[in-house]
Amino acid sequence: MGLTCDSCGKGILKKKFNIKCGEEFVVALAGNPNVGKSTVFNELTGLKQHTGNWPGKTVVNARGNYEFNKKKFILMDLPGTYSLFANSVEEQVARDFICFGRPDATIVVVDGTCLERNLNLALQVMEITNNVVVCVNLMDEAERKGIFIDIKALEEELGVPVVATVARKGQGLDELRKRVFNIALGVENPKPKKMTYSKTVEEAIEKIQPQIHKILKGKLDSRWVALRLIDGDKTIIDSIHEYIYDDKILEIQGEEVLVNGR
Amino acid sequence: MLLSNAKIGSKVKVISLQSTGLLRRRMLDLGLIPGTQIEVIRQSPLGDPIAYGIKGAQIALRKEEAKHIKVDSME
Amino acid sequence: MDDKDPRRFEELVSISDSVQTMYGDELTDSIVKDIYTFAEAITKKAVTKKSQRKMNFDKKIDDLLTSRILGFPIMFLLLGVVFWITITGANYPSQILANLFFWLEDKLTYLFMAADSPKWLHGILILGMYRTLAWVVSVMLPPMAIFFPLFTLLEDLGYLPRVAFNLDKLFKKAGAHGKQSLTMSMGFGCNAAGVIACRIIESPRERLIAVLTNNFVPCNGRFPTLIALATIFVGGLVSSRYSTIVASLFITLLVVFGIAITLIVSWILSKTMLKGVPSTFTLELPPYRKPQIVRILYTSLIDRTIFVLGRAVAVAAPAGLVIWILANVRIGDMSILNHLSMFLHPFARIIGLDGFILMAFIIGLPANEIVVPIIIMSYMAKGAMLELESLAEMKELFIANGWTFLTALNVMLFSLLHFPCATTLWTIKKETGSSKWTILSALIPTAIAIVVCFIVASTARLLGSV
Repeated sequence: MGLTCDSCGKGILKKKFNIKCGEEFVVALAGNPNVGKSTVFNELTGLKQHTGNWPGKTVVNARGNYEFNKKKFILMDLPGTYSLFANSVEEQVARDFICFGRPDATIVVVDGTCLERNLNLALQVMEITNNVVVCVNLMDEAERKGIFIDIKALEEELGVPVVATVARKGQGLDELRKRVFNIALGVENPKPKKMTYSKTVEEAIEKIQPQIHKILKGKLDSRWVALRLIDGDKTIIDSIHEYIYDDKILEIQGEEVLVNGR
Repeated sequence: MLLSNAKIGSKVKVISLQSTGLLRRRMLDLGLIPGTQIEVIRQSPLGDPIAYGIKGAQIALRKEEAKHIKVDSME
Repeated sequence: MDDKDPRRFEELVSISDSVQTMYGDELTDSIVKDIYTFAEAITKKAVTKKSQRKMNFDKKIDDLLTSRILGFPIMFLLLGVVFWITITGANYPSQILANLFFWLEDKLTYLFMAADSPKWLHGILILGMYRTLAWVVSVMLPPMAIFFPLFTLLEDLGYLPRVAFNLDKLFKKAGAHGKQSLTMSMGFGCNAAGVIACRIIESPRERLIAVLTNNFVPCNGRFPTLIALATIFVGGLVSSRYSTIVASLFITLLVVFGIAITLIVSWILSKTMLKGVPSTFTLELPPYRKPQIVRILYTSLIDRTIFVLGRAVAVAAPAGLVIWILANVRIGDMSILNHLSMFLHPFARIIGLDGFILMAFIIGLPANEIVVPIIIMSYMAKGAMLELESLAEMKELFIANGWTFLTALNVMLFSLLHFPCATTLWTIKKETGSSKWTILSALIPTAIAIVVCFIVASTARLLGSV
């Protein structure tokens, strides 16, 4: 298992992201801008929500519901971003939701016509969670451009389910629903290929990871947090504060409040 | 040579980024890492910004951003 | 260390600091580069490019749409064509709707008479509420049902990012963000939506500029007003064969004027209250995509048109009621409405309007759509006319109440530039979290509207007296 946010999870979803989830599974939808992410969202949920065609159009997180095999799914449309390095509010929202909200599955929509650029985001998501389905969209456009994608090979290389879709024509969406279902219910347990970084980065990770592990006590994957810190990303500290320890600190200040047994 | 000086229609290769902090980060995320090929596609009717082909996408940068990127001609 | 110890964060911060001082940017670069290298390796294994056939189609369109010579003319031409189609197409259905509503009004009136209901009840419900509703629906629905799909089509094709690309330098010079033209585009639909869209601008300074100036793009609540007035007063200047073309051209000019004001105000703000340099700007120009016609029709008609219309109707009904009461309850020998208008009249004259018009704008704060219905009702309550079934009759009514071409021009300018509607103001308050900026977002446009109308009116007076 890659990341462990044992203490957070559903409670955080409810508290911080205002999602009530009883019987429902929560699915996050991530992707670069202009890859047809909103079309995938609309096709999955049937929600007739408008999809503009410009970067950063998803300024409000859209939510939708759908059912598959008699199970209910809540789909969260995350802002379209190039990466999860928290360069912007949108990227931070996307990252925090995937990391701390711990959705049951995360769909990463990628553009078949420029896969390499889009895999950048997919690989970053796969560092945070194992429960990833990569949805290669715009397959028809790719084909027209003479680009052929070996889905099986891609699946093997990434270690997570890969589904080819043409969302605007509704193609491949049933397969997508099925794979999401499989992951959410634990029928499939993907083992994403983890990145190995160049020597200096790995050395730096090795150096600080034990310290971080001592602090986090397994609540977050210490390797991933180490990477973020090496990356100079201070927002992750704020987010850890907000999503994992916030309540505890309030309890200290309130003093009379008993710590809930864990 | 700086990217802002590259001729329209030419192809260049990124050597290094001169910017720091957030801007550097953003440029990196767009795929502007050393070795990346860039096609200088077109300029706006008013001359600035200029659209570049970077890793399969067309991305417009203002002169202020493009002059932080050191490139080498590929011809 | 205890689980609850807040010092853990400080420790995390210090680890982060020490790593940063040790390695600096070097590792950041390396991390990104490693991921991209990995992605490249995977792509090599899974992707084959069969033909080297280049997609030249997009490039050719872009060559045209962002061309040095043709880029701007095409932009204005497209805008003009959208207005022309809207005006031409809206005329006929508007007439049909109006006929239908007034036929129904007659029937309803018979019903009231048959039931022997009191005159005031008929006044409030039919002459007040029903008529305002009828006007709002018959005048607003057709242009919206045409304009929204057309605009959504441009949006879906991927044209809007090209507009941002073309205009960016102007925004940069004004100290604003290039994405402001995207938020302005949203403003065409609804200024409140435009204000929310400003979230895509990350720099707080530039976002605020975009929020404060969004109102200078006429929203769909104001378009029908502008279209109606332009059709009868501007289009009416030439022979009927050219009147829609001239009216469309005039609306296009009006929108361009609004954009110019946006740039000027942005520039002034970034030199005074919101000082600063433009932040970084990257804009993706996505490939052109075949539009999804069915979805465009569905979303623009159901989501947008019905939504905006619904809001207008919800405001128009109670407003119609209030106006009728104001127009019919008398204090002394004049109605309350007359008293209020008389009070506003001297000032309104200075800026080329009249007391009723200015009051209509003020009462129309909840929604811009009801401004013209209020004006009509105020005039009708004066007994000038009993029924109003077409634009031609509206023109007669206005002219009977002293309107000239100049009055119409000032009303259009005031409508374009004045304070945003209550919904937009509320949204600005929510988005900025600041009362100060909310108040300024109402004051700045109003001041500009007054100044512009004053200049136009005074110039006309000077020229007229020479």
